[in-house]
Amino acid sequence: MTVVADAIVAALLLLGSGFVLIGSWGLVRLPSTMERLHGPTKATTLGLGALLVASVVYFQAKLGIWTAHELLISLFLFITAPISANMIAKVHLHRVHVGAIQEPESIAGPPPRPSEDSDWATFEAPAQHTPTSTANT
Amino acid sequence: MITIALHVAASCVALALLLNGWRLLRGPALGDRIMALDTMVINAIALIVLIGMIGGNDTYFEAALLLAMVGFISTIAYCKFVLRGDIVE
Repeated sequence: MTVVADAIVAALLLLGSGFVLIGSWGLVRLPSTMERLHGPTKATTLGLGALLVASVVYFQAKLGIWTAHELLISLFLFITAPISANMIAKVHLHRVHVGAIQEPESIAGPPPRPSEDSDWATFEAPAQHTPTSTANT
Repeated sequence: MITIALHVAASCVALALLLNGWRLLRGPALGDRIMALDTMVINAIALIVLIGMIGGNDTYFEAALLLAMVGFISTIAYCKFVLRGDIVE
């Protein structure tokens, strides 16, 4: 392996693992659930992304083959991370809404209502004539 | 240089897994536990990628890809179960 490839891989490894650690540290340190959602996003995108790019460069320099399946993992995580974050936020909003838990003390305060006369769409019943499935239309 | 960087990175990821485990056990809300499990899967993928690089073997990526999919599906299933009391309605 050349010195340049060596340095690039080492730098990307340290960057990626640092961000993975920062994400988990945020998960431990931030005060409320909605704020804790913010921490692990760093680990998913920049942390794991840098580690996967490091492994692409590493195997190119070591075996001389270009592999793309690492980028496939990254692409998959980029697509799925917002969906799971949205679901977790919905779980939290509903648990607070039904009174199962108290909104903990936080820096940003509780999430604001979307407007004066309505609440979050996830709390409301679907509008009339909303089809349960669009498969046969 | 790469060997040292790989071992430092693996230690960082292992420490991150321990921090996630603390949040998983501590809670306090259910959302925190789901989030801790989700982050643990991400960190496990990172650890698998690092093990693949340490061993110089690129067949570990299939495991990492499968774990990414299973982790996403399990997070969604857990959230869906909490929200609706059922997973597939």
